[in-house]
Formats: sequence, C-alpha cells, structure tokens
Amino acid sequence: MELSVDALGLVLPGDRRALAGVTLAVARGERVAVIGPSGAGKTSLLRVLGAAVRPTAGRLAIDGADPWSLERGALRRLRSRIGMVHQAPPLPPRQRLVTAVLAGRLGAWGLWKGLASLAYPADIGGAQAALARLDLADRLFDRCDHLSGGQLQRVGVARVLYQRPGLILADEPVSALDPQLADQTVGELNREAQARAVTLVASLHAVDLALRWFPRIVGLRDGAVAFDAPPARVSDRMLRDLYGAESPVVPTQDNRPVELPERGPRAAQPLCR
Amino acid sequence: MRPGAFVAAPWLVLGGFALAAAASVAYLGVDFVALFTGDSARQMAAFARGFYPPEATPAFLARVAHGAVETLAISALGTAAAAAAGAALALPAAGRWGALLKPPARLALNVLRAIPELVWAAFMVLAAGLGPFAGSLALALHTSGVLGRLFAETLENAPRAPTQALRDAGSGATVAFLYGTLPAVAPQFVSYALYRWEYNIRMAAVLGFVGAGGLGQMLYVSLSVFKTQEAATLIVAMIAIVAVVDVLSAWLRRMLGRSGA
Amino acid sequence: MRADTATALPAPRDPAAARRIGLAVALVVVLWPAFELAEFRPAKLLDPANLDIVGRFLGTFFPLALDAEFLALVARSALETLALATAGMAAAMALALPLALLVAESLSVSRVGPARRAWLGPWLRAPVRFALILMRSIPEIVWALLFVRAVGLGPAAGVLAIAISYAGMLGKVYFEIFEAGDTRPARAILEAGGGRVSAFCYGILPVAVPELVSYSVYRWECAIRASVVMGFVGAGGLGQQMELSMRMLAGGEVATMLTAFLLLIMLADAVSAALRRALA
Repeated sequence: MELSVDALGLVLPGDRRALAGVTLAVARGERVAVIGPSGAGKTSLLRVLGAAVRPTAGRLAIDGADPWSLERGALRRLRSRIGMVHQAPPLPPRQRLVTAVLAGRLGAWGLWKGLASLAYPADIGGAQAALARLDLADRLFDRCDHLSGGQLQRVGVARVLYQRPGLILADEPVSALDPQLADQTVGELNREAQARAVTLVASLHAVDLALRWFPRIVGLRDGAVAFDAPPARVSDRMLRDLYGAESPVVPTQDNRPVELPERGPRAAQPLCR
Repeated sequence: MRPGAFVAAPWLVLGGFALAAAASVAYLGVDFVALFTGDSARQMAAFARGFYPPEATPAFLARVAHGAVETLAISALGTAAAAAAGAALALPAAGRWGALLKPPARLALNVLRAIPELVWAAFMVLAAGLGPFAGSLALALHTSGVLGRLFAETLENAPRAPTQALRDAGSGATVAFLYGTLPAVAPQFVSYALYRWEYNIRMAAVLGFVGAGGLGQMLYVSLSVFKTQEAATLIVAMIAIVAVVDVLSAWLRRMLGRSGA
Repeated sequence: MRADTATALPAPRDPAAARRIGLAVALVVVLWPAFELAEFRPAKLLDPANLDIVGRFLGTFFPLALDAEFLALVARSALETLALATAGMAAAMALALPLALLVAESLSVSRVGPARRAWLGPWLRAPVRFALILMRSIPEIVWALLFVRAVGLGPAAGVLAIAISYAGMLGKVYFEIFEAGDTRPARAILEAGGGRVSAFCYGILPVAVPELVSYSVYRWECAIRASVVMGFVGAGGLGQQMELSMRMLAGGEVATMLTAFLLLIMLADAVSAALRRALA
C-alpha cells in the first residue's frame, strides 16, 4: 500500500496539538522507522495513517484515495488490509493465544466464520505458524494472562503477521522486550515486509534498532517532521536536536543511552556498530 | 477508632428507631400481649404442635419430589432466561448501541427490577394461567432487571481497547464485541447469574403462593386446608432444595472459574 | 526465529474443545427437561381467554385510580406497611441481640478459664445456632403464611413473620460482627472476673455498635419490601390491598398502589442511605 500525507494536522480532545503540518510519502513496499522523543506524535501519526483517527487538517491518501471519504463497507475492507501493532497489546486477559491470533483475520472472515471459530478455532495451524515466527508456538493454547508483557507484545505482532496486511503499522512494538528479542522481532517484521513486498512503518523508541534495520528514518518532534533520511545520513547532531538540547543522550533498546559528543559537526556516523 | 471511644450517632439512630417502633405498634393497634396469652396462646401452641410429625407417606413424598423438581426447573429456567434477556438489555443500557437507546433501556431495567417477583407472578398467572409457567416468567422478568443492571455496569467497566483495535482492523461491530469484550465480561456475567440462581430458588419455592406452581403452590394448598403435617414436609423440602442449589452453584462457579476461551 | 516451515507437523487439536462440548451437552441435558417440567408453553400467552383477562387488566391501568377516598386508603395502607416493617424489625433486633450474645464465643467465660458451668456452653450454643438457622432458612413469606393461619389476616401476622425470620438473619450477622471485632478488651474484662454482660457492654459493644446499627438500617429497608410481598398472603399493608385489587382486575388501583410502593421504597432507600452515611 502506498501512503501520502500533506500538511497533516491533528488536534486531540483537550486542545492538544498532536501533529502539525506533517508531509510524508511512503511508496509501496517501503520500510520506514519513525523516531522521536515521547510526546512527539509518533502514535498519533500511526493512528492517522491507519485510518483509525481522522486528521483535523491536511490531506491523507491511502493507495491514492482518502479513506474518510469512502463508504462504510469500503472503509472496513481497507482497514482489514491494514495491520496495527499496538504498544500495549489489546488482548483480553482470559482469551487464549490461538483465538487472539486468529482474530487478526476477522475483517476478512465476517460474522459467521468468526462465530464458528469461537466454537472451534478455524485455523489452528495458521495461528501456530504465526506464533512460531515469534518463538511462542508452544504457548498456543495458553491464556493471555499467563504471559508476560513482553510475550504479549510478541503475540500482538503474531496477530498482525497472521493478518497478512498490505500495510503494517507498528507502534513501539518491542518496548517491553529485552535487546536480543527486540532485535529478532523487529527483524521478523522487516523480513515479512520484504518477503511480501508490503509497506512497513514502525515507530521505535530505541534509535539503535531503527538505524540498524530500516532504510529510511523519519525523525518526529513536536508533531512535525524534523528530518527524513536514510540511516547513513542521520548524524549525531540531528539526533541530538531531535531528542532535545537538554538531553545529550539518545535512547537505545538496552537502556544504556549513548551520550553524544557536544563539540562540532561530526561526520555522519550511524549509532549502531 | 479508639476502642471504647463514645460515638453518639448509632445511639441516636437506635433511640429514634425505638421511638418509631413504639409509634408503629400504637398505629397498628394490635394487642400483642393478648396475642401471646390465654386462649390465643393455646390456639397457637395447638397449631404449632400440628406440624409434628411431618407427613411421610410414600405417595405424598413422591408428590413432594415432583414439586421439588418442578421448583428447580422454574428457578433454572427463569434464571437462564433472565441472563439472556438481561445481557440483551445490558448492551443498550451500557451505551453500546448509542446514546439514544440508553435511557429507555435503563428505564426498562429499573421497572423490571422494582416490581417484586411475587407481584410479577400474580400478573403472570393472569397472563399465562396457573402453574409453573407463570412462575418462570415472573422470575425471568424480575431477574432480567437485576442481572441486566449488573451486566450493564460490568460492560461499562470493561476495557474498550481490544474491541476498538479489532474494529480498526476492519472487523464488524458484532464479532469485534465477541472477540474483544465478551471474554472479559462473560465470566462475571456467569458468576452473577449463578449467584442469582441461589436467591431465585428461594423465590421459586414461594411464588406458588399466588398460583405459580412448585412447592409453594402445594404448601399454600396444604395450609389452606390445615394439613399442617404435609406443610411440615413441604417446608423441609424447600430448605433441602435451597441447600442443594447453594452447593451446585458454588461448585459450578469454581469449575467455570478455571476455564477460558 | 524459525522461518515459516512448510514441512511443519499437522496442526494440533484444540484441547478445550472436548470440555466445551461436554458443557454444552450438559446444559442441554439439564435445561431441556426443565422446559418440560416448568410447562413452558409460550402459546399459553396467546390463549384468547388469557389475553382477554390481561387486556381487561391492562386496559384499566390508565388512568390511575386517583379519587380522594382511594388515595386515603393507599396512604393508610402504606403507613401500615411502614409500621409493620418497623415494629417487626424492632422485635427482630430485640430477639437477635441476646441470641447472638449467647452464641458468641468471644464472650465465653469458659474459654478464659475454668468456670462452674463451663460444660453448659456448647450444649446451649448448638440449639441456639440451630434455631437461628431454622428461623432464617424458612422464607419469610412462608412464616407470613403460617402466622396468617395461626393468628388470622392482618398486620399482626406480618409483624411476627418479620420478627422471626429477620431475627434469624440479624442474629447471624450480629454474631459475625461480634466475632470479627477485637475480642481482647472483652477477654480482659472476663479475665478480671467481670460477667459476660459487662464484658459485652464495655468490651465489644462500643466498637460493634456502628456496624450493627448500619446493617440493621439496611435490613429495615429490605423489611419494607418484604412487608409488601407478605401482604399478598394476607399479612396486611399495601400488599394485601394490592392483592384484593388484582383479584378484581382493577388495573388503575393496582397501578396507583404500585406507584405508592415504588415511592415508599425510594423514600426508605434515601433514609437508609443517609443514616448509613451518618454512621460510617
């Protein structure tokens, strides 16, 4: 799916300006990482791109059409082709993993197949395969409340993988994972996007992960795009400006923030080694 | 609170209550002293003695057993129907079907709840004739108000995120509810329904007083013709099925508490 | 992470399926005969004779019967219900308190040390507990019917029914409140040689009273509801009048009395809530 936003603005209830004048175009099959400090508007941007929240200003086009001008049936069909990985997995505690993962295709299945699947899961093999990619196949019939936060995040990713969407939007999908698992999970998302040539837009808190896996980095700050460049062109100075002059440290997955040198324009050096 | 500290409020309430009670007795004009002395007392004693020994002929016991099972059926059916109707009404009452339907749904639930089961039973005897069907209907109507309100509260407190996430992924409203909200609220619903069954069996036993079948109807008839020994057996049977349902309900709640979807 | 393997093992079966089917079957097995036993025949609702009665009854629902004479009757009946609930509760409390005292082990002199009549203790406690259980296991409306047969129609039967059945309920709760509180002050008094009554008055009562009164106020509200229901079997008050009106299919009168009942309940609810807030 290709995305295009122009002068996008979003004001949340309570008059908080989440996005202000974001202009961005993502081609089909592109993989983009969105980084920025907390409150920069990363979640809001992803929710707008996923047609979950209506922008208050500017234009949004998904595959060339404004989703909010579509009639209800067409909008539903569009949404069923967009997969969203939430930072806090929206999984009912008593639900079993198999049901939670299969719920990814409810948009395509409709009412009757969805009902039947509640009585007996319709595609156990498919759910198992999706969980296997996240190393959770052995927990297939366990309940969600028997899993840790990190494991639940991976279940959320498995659900989106099972959905096989044309656009994957991942909102801090690995925030609760340790560095090795986080790396594997982000890698899995990237492999999925490349294998099926689908678009992937992921917001990440850890800059090192973003720089390592994604060929395009968008820096967001105070609801606007600060920079939009490949990792090789993202300099320490750009990162420092992004995360605020008061804080010379930049977040990474292993929580050992890397301090940026204060002096002079340095040669563009990727953060990961 | 310091033990021994003197708080005035409870004593004031008690004092007020004692005054109210005295006024009540005066208003009722019942001579309680006369009731418990002399002739009246002898009559009551004779009446009480008439209950022992309880009637135990096999023929009667068979009828009691049938009445007990009928009462159980009334309570089970009434509660089950109420759970379904209550759940159906709870959706609009919790605002899931829009703000417009919320007030009438809540009003309906309140009306159903406010009218006591026995009054409903008297109505239902008019509408459906004497017998256990009226009893089940009465229980179903009243209890759906009670359960519907409890269910609506549970729904309102349920997290919206799971259902919303599914709808954002293109799911229809109904399946999104079934996959997103139902797993969170279903155990609570079932628990409420089972708790209510424990109360409803006591109710089902007495709805027969207005003709709604079961042990209650048999007891009313027996007492009307002063067959106190039969009455004694029937009262024992009532206590017994209440105990049975208490145990069953607790066991079911324990069993279902361990499962998931 | 393993790649998507096409040579994976066949998908496992759902282990919870057997249980779910079993539960569904059990439900059907239980509810199906219930339909039969409860003579569940929805068609009866559409039977012309019944529809006629219901029609006549509902038809007279509006307008509500609002003539002065009838309203006076309703007011008297509502007051009668209130009076009978209050008097019944007072009797229940007066009965429950000593019974709860008797069974409260926290006031057991024999537990503190050897006492002359220590062996009496359990012998006394068991029958009292049994009596309390009996009093509350028999539904209050059954008590009402029994008393109507024993002392005749009217509020006396209602007062007695509430007194007995609520004494059973209150007795249990009072006992639990006594046991749950801090029993050390009471035991200290007993150890110092004081009698049970002083131990109670100075050791347990001060702390227990607010909770006792609060629960009793809540129960009073229930008693009002119960009084109306008891009236249906002849124990006086609004209930008895409602039953008479229903037998005559006088819908308007029933509607007025139902409204009065609802107002009475709301009033009692408000008073009860206010009192309990003041006690908290």
